[in-house]
Amino acid sequence: MTETPLIGGATLAPVDARLAGARIGVVTFPGTLDDRDAIRAVRVSGATAVELWHADSGLGGVDAVIIPGGFSYGDYLRAGAISRFAPLMSTIIKAATGAASSNPLPVLGICNGFQILTEAHLLPGSMIKNDHLKFLCRDQVLRVENNTTAWTNAYSAGQDITVPLKNQDGQYIADEKTLDALEAEGRVAFRYVGGNPNGSRRDIAGISNAAGNVVGLMPHPEHAVEAGYGPGHTGTDGLGFFTSVLNTLLGGN
Amino acid sequence: MPRIVVDVMLKPEILDPQGKAIVGALPRLGFTAFSAVRQGKRFELTVDGEVTDEILAQAREAAETMLSNPVIEDVVNVEVVADQP
Repeated sequence: MTETPLIGGATLAPVDARLAGARIGVVTFPGTLDDRDAIRAVRVSGATAVELWHADSGLGGVDAVIIPGGFSYGDYLRAGAISRFAPLMSTIIKAATGAASSNPLPVLGICNGFQILTEAHLLPGSMIKNDHLKFLCRDQVLRVENNTTAWTNAYSAGQDITVPLKNQDGQYIADEKTLDALEAEGRVAFRYVGGNPNGSRRDIAGISNAAGNVVGLMPHPEHAVEAGYGPGHTGTDGLGFFTSVLNTLLGGN
Repeated sequence: MPRIVVDVMLKPEILDPQGKAIVGALPRLGFTAFSAVRQGKRFELTVDGEVTDEILAQAREAAETMLSNPVIEDVVNVEVVADQP
């Protein structure tokens, strides 16, 4: 598949065969919005993007999966609640929990993808409406709290990154016991810096599972991977997610 | 045709931002008697034919697995509503 640049002159890095050998799947549900940007972010990182369709059950041999943002099934019922039961999700849940493998599938859920991962119980807690009830779209500073996961190892611990945030159901909640466990186990991957944008408990912007292969967050790293398009028109802080998983897959980290 | 009604509410300990906005707006219309509002969801599942125990059990299972998210919500009611004339 060929990709038309969004704006003339935008070019991708020359192909590096080792990186291109990593195949990253991007799932599309009815109502998914950011699959194209996620695919492009994968390509910018040098990997090969593979389009996956929610109604299929096979993963096509991909090495990792991204569940992108959007409004799958129109957010009907609850955000992510219907998508969670898609045939492909059953396959992803099985591969990510790694019952049959010592190398569980790396899975990244962004925004609606994060909501789908919580509905699927791959990640604890849930998202409810922002405490101010408004759709919020802005550049958001995040602190990398855990840089040892499959999707964050390219960052330094404590590093601040800026990526776009855009949602209405972005308030992360979980019971106190779950929150305490997340903190104790170092599973808070990202925290909001410079003001909590939605009432999320303990300023949590993103979390990981215990194994660190599954990460979910509300902000959008895939919108901050190319100069000219990201925050401040130059921000590319989101690229680290996509290079992190390459480190993981290619054994560089 | 008979329907099975399922009512789902946010758990009591979960803040309900929508309910909070509603309770803030009520006094503007002169409704001053209400100190709190919590907003829930009502589902009506239509059954072709009789509601057997097995069908009711299916409705309860659907309510727990899909219609509600046990992390944030409780299923507070599952009941059969009789055939409408």
